[in-house]
Amino acid sequence: MGLDTRPLSTLHDKASYEVADFDVPTGREEEWRFTPLRRLRGLHNGTAEAHGKVVLEAEAPPEVTVETVGRDDARLGKAYVPADRVSAQAWASFTHATVVTVPKEAVASAPTVLRLRGEDDSSAAYGHTTVILEPFAEATVVLAHRGSATYADNVEFVVGDGARLSVISLQDWADGSVHVSHQHARLGRDARFVSHNVSLGGDLVRISPSVGYDAPGGDAELYGVYFADGGQHLEHRLLVDHTVPNCRSRVDYRGALQDEDAHAVWIGDVIIRAEAEGTDTYELNRNLVLTDGTRVDSVPNLEILTGEVAGAGHASASGRLDDEHLFYLQARGITFDEARRMVVRGFLGQLIERIEVAEVREKVREAIEAELDRGAAR
Amino acid sequence: MATLEIRDLHVSVADGSDGTKEILRGVDLTVQAGETHALMGPNGSGKSTLAYAVAGHPKYEVTAGTVTLDGEDVLGMSVDERARAGLFLAMQYPVEVPGVSVSNFLRSAVTAVRGEAPKLREFSKEMKKAMDDLSIDPAFAQRSLNEGFSGGEKKRHEILQLEMLKPKIAVLDETDSGLDVDALKVVSEGVNRFSSGAGTGVLLITHYTRILRYVKPDFVHVFSGGRVVAEGGPELADELENEGYEKYAKAGAAL
Repeated sequence: MGLDTRPLSTLHDKASYEVADFDVPTGREEEWRFTPLRRLRGLHNGTAEAHGKVVLEAEAPPEVTVETVGRDDARLGKAYVPADRVSAQAWASFTHATVVTVPKEAVASAPTVLRLRGEDDSSAAYGHTTVILEPFAEATVVLAHRGSATYADNVEFVVGDGARLSVISLQDWADGSVHVSHQHARLGRDARFVSHNVSLGGDLVRISPSVGYDAPGGDAELYGVYFADGGQHLEHRLLVDHTVPNCRSRVDYRGALQDEDAHAVWIGDVIIRAEAEGTDTYELNRNLVLTDGTRVDSVPNLEILTGEVAGAGHASASGRLDDEHLFYLQARGITFDEARRMVVRGFLGQLIERIEVAEVREKVREAIEAELDRGAAR
Repeated sequence: MATLEIRDLHVSVADGSDGTKEILRGVDLTVQAGETHALMGPNGSGKSTLAYAVAGHPKYEVTAGTVTLDGEDVLGMSVDERARAGLFLAMQYPVEVPGVSVSNFLRSAVTAVRGEAPKLREFSKEMKKAMDDLSIDPAFAQRSLNEGFSGGEKKRHEILQLEMLKPKIAVLDETDSGLDVDALKVVSEGVNRFSSGAGTGVLLITHYTRILRYVKPDFVHVFSGGRVVAEGGPELADELENEGYEKYAKAGAAL
């Protein structure tokens, strides 16, 4: 690749397993400028003590193996190299990792559920999860984060040729929790990857989902739903790096915000490299602002370095509940509060209904209702 | 007997700079159950403003006058209270509400207006019948409200809501605009089914006389310059068909 074909964005230039290769962020860096560093509890500067505990409880169908392995397991860190300091810290600090394997051509008969429960948010915990789908395997994996934690982790998804992986990551932490996570998917030829991030609870949640393609035909759909309450910082930073021809990506993240100092950040970076001809991509972020005092930062960034794309677009819109929507529903006898709920449910529901696991879908719907109850009770 | 009574209604809107602009300048109009009124007038005469002000749209400020439904003060009610009291506005430009399905919306509206949730089985049957009457594909029940609907489909859905909510008085704001002849007939049949029901009145706002071939008005009001400038029977519509609004536009301006 020549100099003139490098993307302008330098956000994703750096990758290293060594913490020392990354400067301690000051908050002025592009990749940290939206994150309140003080609330990271030292995850970013080496001062966090690692006495915290996040306990795993796994449930898997017979076709799928779930193993707890040591740091030296050869399967770890193959798909993803840490891209920022917290990620490198997590890589350097985890004591054991979880490896989920779906063998070649196996079709999982039920979702694999990894329940991660934080027991204490006063000290840091680090984790690593690697999910491997061998060629033509098909599976759904749920990562359910609950409890109290200060948690940094890396999650690798290795989706082999022709394999299909659907992932739902639920951030349903207790109020004081901090969670910084990188979720990287690496797709083989004709692999299909669908990801849902649902971020609801926690003081600060910063999730960085990224996708890389090893061969043509890869297809990634990244969906996200979040609901930020007063004081909460929910940040999602997406990167889809189209490096090979004829791959597809779709990004659709939607959030609602209510009450003082609710803060949502969405960064959507899509790079179509010079060699990625025939790429088809679209990314979208929408935010629904329900009260005064909230803040949204939404930054779509699409870089196209080839003239031969099948489709490329992006959109971002943040705004209040539409008065015309509310008027229309109220003009049919529906109360203001119910009209507001219907609009929010509809707005987020279009993504929630795509979640393939009925149980999770219902849980998310209930959680959204609880958020709306909180808003109505004010 | 339901009666909608509008007396000396004055309504203003923000004029885009700092002031307000008076659109309605003393409207007097009474619609009783069993009657169909046509309110006709040129563009910009304030017809739609009247419709929205009666429904309670926050953009329109009532500066003087009264609106009552069976003696109850409508202007003191919220938008949803007006609907539950028995007023219905079929909108000229129904809005699209993403993610809210037609059936979910109808069920919520019917529940709100009737004061109790209809039994699911009965509701489904009722909705299917009402959709069938308006030649609406049943698949629309699962679609997002008005999203991607054609102009004609949106208008049919307005009448679908009218027929299911069964208000006392319905205000139809240019429901005929943008409809081809077939759709106009279907929509008119819906309006006629509604108005033939017991104790219901219709205020049909229109720019054109075309719909009056299918929906026969008992009274015709000519609207100009923000008020009613002439009233009569169906023959007034024929006169407008032949001579246009010119004469009345002057009358409105002179007031």
